[in-house]
Amino acid sequence: MSKRLESMLEWVDARFPLTSTWKYHLAEYYAPKNFNFWYYFGSLAMLVLVNQLLTGIFLTMNYKPDASMAFASVEYIMRDVDFGWLIRYMHSTGASMFFVVVYLHMFRGMMYGSYRKPRELLWLIGMGIFFVLMMLAFTGYILPWGQMSYWGAQVIVSMVGAIPLIGQTLSNWILGDFMLSDAALNRFFAYHVVTLPVLLITLVFVHIVALHEVGSNNPDGIEIKKNKDPVTHIPVDGIPFHPYYTVKDIFGVVGFLIVFCGIIFFMPEMGGYFLEYNNFIPANTLQTPDHIAPVWYFTPYYSMLRAVTVNFFWVDAKIWGIILMGGSVAIFALLPWLDRSPVKSIRYKGPYFKTALTLFVISVLILGWLGTKSPTPLYTLLAQIFTVIYFAFFILMPWYSKIDKTKPEPTRVTE
Amino acid sequence: MRKIAVVISILWLLPLAAFASGSEMKLDRAPIDSSDKLSLQRGAQVFVNYCMTCHSAEYMRYNRLRDLGLTENQIKDNLIFTGQKVGELMTVSMKKKEAKQWFGVAPPDLSVIARSRGPDWLYTYLRKFYRDESTATGWNNLLFDKVAMPHVLYELQGEQAVAVSMVDDGHGGKHELKELKLDKPGALSKLEYDKYVADLVNFLVYLGEPAATKRVQVGIIVMLFLFFMLGLTYALKREYWKDIH
Repeated sequence: MSKRLESMLEWVDARFPLTSTWKYHLAEYYAPKNFNFWYYFGSLAMLVLVNQLLTGIFLTMNYKPDASMAFASVEYIMRDVDFGWLIRYMHSTGASMFFVVVYLHMFRGMMYGSYRKPRELLWLIGMGIFFVLMMLAFTGYILPWGQMSYWGAQVIVSMVGAIPLIGQTLSNWILGDFMLSDAALNRFFAYHVVTLPVLLITLVFVHIVALHEVGSNNPDGIEIKKNKDPVTHIPVDGIPFHPYYTVKDIFGVVGFLIVFCGIIFFMPEMGGYFLEYNNFIPANTLQTPDHIAPVWYFTPYYSMLRAVTVNFFWVDAKIWGIILMGGSVAIFALLPWLDRSPVKSIRYKGPYFKTALTLFVISVLILGWLGTKSPTPLYTLLAQIFTVIYFAFFILMPWYSKIDKTKPEPTRVTE
Repeated sequence: MRKIAVVISILWLLPLAAFASGSEMKLDRAPIDSSDKLSLQRGAQVFVNYCMTCHSAEYMRYNRLRDLGLTENQIKDNLIFTGQKVGELMTVSMKKKEAKQWFGVAPPDLSVIARSRGPDWLYTYLRKFYRDESTATGWNNLLFDKVAMPHVLYELQGEQAVAVSMVDDGHGGKHELKELKLDKPGALSKLEYDKYVADLVNFLVYLGEPAATKRVQVGIIVMLFLFFMLGLTYALKREYWKDIH
């Protein structure tokens, strides 16, 4: 570095912790050297977040949050704005890929016990991110004001109205009208482009601060900080994040972009899963579609919402459905305290946990598939069975994780 | 709030009503080719001559049709019958409110109809009209029962009639089979008419996403670049990671 630059850096460092921040978070942040494929998805989530923010800004420049103009303005973007189609597809594909990446990121955490002590708070912040992401997806999906935007939102909003006593008042207060209309579209637009992105960015920042405080977990689920070099005090199994993981993640980014751009350029509707065919029909407040299906990332929860068909005790079936749906998301937050296994990683856990996790994944996939279908008695029965399995995975965890036959953890990370 | 109650009750009643709605008719595959400019031009001509009597394409500008290999003057002379300027949107003068009085439902805008219905549906639909004296227009459609739209292309296709027969369903029961047969031939043969409709559907698919061709072209370049980058970044990663382990 030239003398001039060096003195400039000194000047800045005397006034702002530039070099020390760089070192703390990148050059001297020691990450375990045994990260595998599953460890790409954290950085990829950041990439998609940036993609959503940038493309979102350009969409906002041309979109009109007005019930009579919204649909047309989206088509204006698709036709008359230079490369508007690209910006719009990057944003719509990005929304789905955000969930792909975040679901895999969460699954990674479940496999390797990344939610266990000392990372409970890190996990909870992550849950907060997940919740905000769902709100962003919901508010964003309303904006094109197509039939699925409108009626999908109608289903969700009607759940608020189903809350006993205060439901109706609350619903009117949220919507600013007695029904889903222009007033609500304006509000949801404001939430989608201001409130929720600010929350999301803040939470992602806090997530990373918390991560760098406790350090990264790894596929072996052991703490690399327990084994430090006596002289340098650097974990012997740790390597500096920069340059090792920056170059590795760049490779991961390109691999991800191949999939991402493959969808954007060659199948932007993704067979009706990323952009639903019925959402190319402008919202019609007087015509309920035959079949209302949420976008794929919400279908497992939608299945659970529909799974309850009988009233338990004195509570209505639909209220139970709402409770189940909320519970199915919220219960993830309890994982750090439900897992009583002496080991963290699935590599050293026993057959009970492995079976339970497999059943859990299968039930999520089947519930997701069922959520895209019109329910039949058979489908509803299947949804009920897999809803029970879904919750059993969590509720029985304190028991089966404790009595499971685990293998001893190694002292050093393995390949 | 009745509406919300209705939605909720529909959701919970859906298990009973499963598959009751929507015809399960098998769709014919639309023989279309988005790179066939002549087919697209013919389709555009059918669209402005027949469809745009009632249906608009109000998200589309006339001069965008240069995509089909036409010049602005060709568009002006051959495709604009409304006295509009070439940069204007493809609207119709029929008022939605009046159209609703006349047909019972306003003719939907067709800009993105191919994206919601799909080409096969449109191709099947436009070929399955038949005479039905019980309806207001005297026409019905095998794919879209009691459709409000009359058969606009009947002079070309001719008039079809429906023949209902009972066929064995293979499980001991019988079910109704509806078949169409040509009663009065039109100006075109069956083969010619199918081709005519295919051109129109080809145009409707283009109309649904005019940028589609460019999207694929750009996509190929992007993918080539990314695969090149994949090799490069992998080499970079290997170089840095040589000294780990």
